[in-house]
Amino acid sequence: MSALAHLRQELGELALQLCQVAFVVAVAPGVTGLIRRMKARLQRRQGPSVLQPYRDLRRLLAKEAVVGETTSWLTRAAPYAVFAATWVAAALVPTFETRLMFSWSGDLIAIVALLGLARFLQAAAAIDNGTAFGGIGASREVMIASLAEPAMIMVVFTLSLVAGTTQLSTMAHVMATGVGLRLSIAMALLSLVIVALAENTRIPIDNPATHLELTMVHEAMLLDYSGRHLAMMELAASLRLVLYVSLIACIFAPFGIVTQDGPAAFLLIAVLAYLAKLAAACVLLAIFEMATAKMRLFRVPNLLGIALMLGLLGTLLLFISGEM
Amino acid sequence: MIAFALSCILLLFACGVAAIFLPRRHATALTYGASAILSAGLLTVGLAQIAATAVDVALPLGPPGLACSFHLDALAASFLCLVNLGGLGASLFGIGYGRHAAEPRRVLPFFPAFLAAMNLVVLAADTYSFLFSWELMSLTSWALVMSDHRARETAPAGFLYLLMASGGTLVLLLAFGMLSAAASGTGFAAIAAHPFTPGLAAAVLLLALLGTGSKAGLFPLHAWLPLAHPAAPSHVSALMSGVMTKVAIYAFLRIAFTLLGPPAWWWSIPVLVLGGITAVLGVLYALMETDLKRILACSTIENVGIIFLAVGLALAFKANGEPAAAALALTAGVLHAFNHMLFKSTLFFGAGSVAHATGTRDIERLGGLIQRMPRTGLAFLAASLAISALPPFNGFVSEWLLFQSILISPHLERMGMKLLVPAVGVLLALAAALAAACFLRAFAIPFLGRPRSDAAATAVEADRWSTGTMLAGAALCLLIGLLPGFVIDGLRPVTALLTGGRMPVQASDSWLSIVPISASRSSYNGLVIAIFLLAAGSLTAFLVHRFASRGIRRAPAWGCGFPQGGAETQYSATGLAQPLRRVFGALIFAARSEVRLPPPGDTSAAVLQRHSRDPAWAFLYAPLGRAVQATVETLNRLQFLTIRSYVSLVFGTLVLLLIALAIRG
Repeated sequence: MSALAHLRQELGELALQLCQVAFVVAVAPGVTGLIRRMKARLQRRQGPSVLQPYRDLRRLLAKEAVVGETTSWLTRAAPYAVFAATWVAAALVPTFETRLMFSWSGDLIAIVALLGLARFLQAAAAIDNGTAFGGIGASREVMIASLAEPAMIMVVFTLSLVAGTTQLSTMAHVMATGVGLRLSIAMALLSLVIVALAENTRIPIDNPATHLELTMVHEAMLLDYSGRHLAMMELAASLRLVLYVSLIACIFAPFGIVTQDGPAAFLLIAVLAYLAKLAAACVLLAIFEMATAKMRLFRVPNLLGIALMLGLLGTLLLFISGEM
Repeated sequence: MIAFALSCILLLFACGVAAIFLPRRHATALTYGASAILSAGLLTVGLAQIAATAVDVALPLGPPGLACSFHLDALAASFLCLVNLGGLGASLFGIGYGRHAAEPRRVLPFFPAFLAAMNLVVLAADTYSFLFSWELMSLTSWALVMSDHRARETAPAGFLYLLMASGGTLVLLLAFGMLSAAASGTGFAAIAAHPFTPGLAAAVLLLALLGTGSKAGLFPLHAWLPLAHPAAPSHVSALMSGVMTKVAIYAFLRIAFTLLGPPAWWWSIPVLVLGGITAVLGVLYALMETDLKRILACSTIENVGIIFLAVGLALAFKANGEPAAAALALTAGVLHAFNHMLFKSTLFFGAGSVAHATGTRDIERLGGLIQRMPRTGLAFLAASLAISALPPFNGFVSEWLLFQSILISPHLERMGMKLLVPAVGVLLALAAALAAACFLRAFAIPFLGRPRSDAAATAVEADRWSTGTMLAGAALCLLIGLLPGFVIDGLRPVTALLTGGRMPVQASDSWLSIVPISASRSSYNGLVIAIFLLAAGSLTAFLVHRFASRGIRRAPAWGCGFPQGGAETQYSATGLAQPLRRVFGALIFAARSEVRLPPPGDTSAAVLQRHSRDPAWAFLYAPLGRAVQATVETLNRLQFLTIRSYVSLVFGTLVLLLIALAIRG
């Protein structure tokens, strides 16, 4: 009988995990829509509805896909592979519940590497297109990533030295139970925000709304995608934004997140808190983007260099203080 | 077991001799086939002996009065596996690829001899046999580098290689001479048992770092490597890059961990600093190159840097009295050596197939090859993902373990180490990110897009032996990425021998996860990640195709509405790396580019010139060369003196020597 109960509990956890995994995908286009809506309002435009990205996805999914005559199988496989890598990475980030069932299968370093896998395949597919724009996008993306990824690794170092683990679930749990204010954590937060802006191709690194050839980075890689392929790539981009917001939220703002068994009401509160955090992030991002101008491309390394150095300083402080 | 191994090695030498006399038609298949079988035999010995007790054998082959002794312990057995798995792959690839050789008799005799010499280095257990096999390894590989002697760049590459190899052996000779003199014995067992003074041990460590580093490609002794490795036939390049550099790392491990006794705390500093610098500079060199095999050779420098970094951490932990942490760092290093052998061999095989199919190694003249060489392309993609340290492949596992061992290093007591290790961590993270950029470029430019030359447009797939070997290599990269626990467990005797510590047993963990320290601290499961990736990708694709749309239409690329120009309008490899060259190269390589436009009305072409400076050449080799030249020119005057001056020189020398003798006496 206890075996049955155990199985039931396992199944319950699995269901919760699957819910969480499906939830991040379901909410991702809404986050993009909310940011666009907020930015439109700040520009004194009416703006499209928050639900517009969902409609776009439905429309794109129903259309036939057009691919270049000279492209290989990689162009057709990449959208699904990029989406899958981003989705698995997102599934490893706690949203409203720290006890993810499969959190042991990959830690924060693995999440960074999974995003790297998505980026590699996306850039390769862009070059496969055989146009100059694919190459320009891939080239710039690679340059930004070559600094953003080390910065992210240094943030991981700082956080895992504080929490004593690289497992994100355990880290979120430690952070939720309180570690106090520390200078190195503040540095890590600043560094992580810069990395998040760069990885999600937001202003000031890249303008997601631009279609001016000379300034595009991420959009240039997607120029020749259409139909369901474009839908998958767009969804992966939204998902990556949700991933970074969830990551920052579960480490630096773990309010309301469920860390142990409790009444179902806690779960409801946690979901609501998570949605509130996502909305707050959208508002902050929209305001920040309205208040900043896009940087020249070769200024970006300076900004990312700051992120890298902040990460290094944070790690160095922890090394010197000798805390684990 | 060791007798069987030595007979295999002897047979390999015999194979080399026989290759000279075999009939021309069958020589290639027979030589490579026999090498493959003998490598497989030696691989079996390595696998069987890794957890067994060490065995010794002495042969009466040494110089008068000395025996040649061989020793097979866990460290030797693990590198025996590495050498012979690489040798097996290269031999199998050679069966197909060797058929295209213009002058097979310049390769066939030396190939098995090179394999045999590398095996001998690993088994050698006294200074005499070690240095003899080391030099044999250098000379046979030099002969292989020179096999394509008609190419213009081969002779300078061969000359530089010979110079660096002899220099390296000279340094090692000095190191072993000091050890043997102090221990008054040439056997490794006698040396290991003898306690050395700190000064002597430090001097030997630095000499060993120089001697083995010059063979492995540590900055700034790497200068020969990007020239010599690509000059050899591709399966030999694979052996040199994938295996011979690892033999050098074996030699460093042997000297630093078993012969020299307990390490001092600062020993790890030069190893860590050189390793970190080598890792970043190696990949930056690779980003500047457009020759596919030179890109691969430069990336070998990077990976050697990463391995030395891990070895340096292991030394630091061992000196600090933390055997378990040292075991983790050393496992990361040896595993990375093994992984690098796998993916670098596969990549070199791919580069060889591409070079044979198109007649060029310049990636600026390739493109779209994945459509004409699908199997080569697939294997090259998998190996590129693996070397870029991306999950679920094997490169990620070893770098992940290395990151984990950096994260436990705040334990180290010395302030110097506390400051150094995070800096080294940044270098490692930079190298990993840049390697992804480098291999995106090395894979995507030749294999994707549109062909940039007729040769690329009409390429045909390589033969079955070649593609089979490449796909098997790629499959092994994936397999180790999925189930790393078994390899990590296999390395436990090695870490126990070198550091006295072991990593926890991995194979018993649920779902075959790897847990380097404790489950709450960190764990990774490549298998589950791969299953998730596969499930998420195929489920999404199935749902989209089933319920949304499945129609597909081929049309000219849109490209923002511009009509598609010729293949040269695609981004070039040089263009792709331009932002990185500008960001990193401006400082390190003084890289700059200038555009010269003709004056208005002049119809001549505009010129874009790129300049860069290699710091190793500019600051080390060029001044060294100038100093040698200046000394030679000064001394040259001595050749044209009168007999009177010579007599006075002799007299003056005699007086000086007598004075010196008088002062000392």
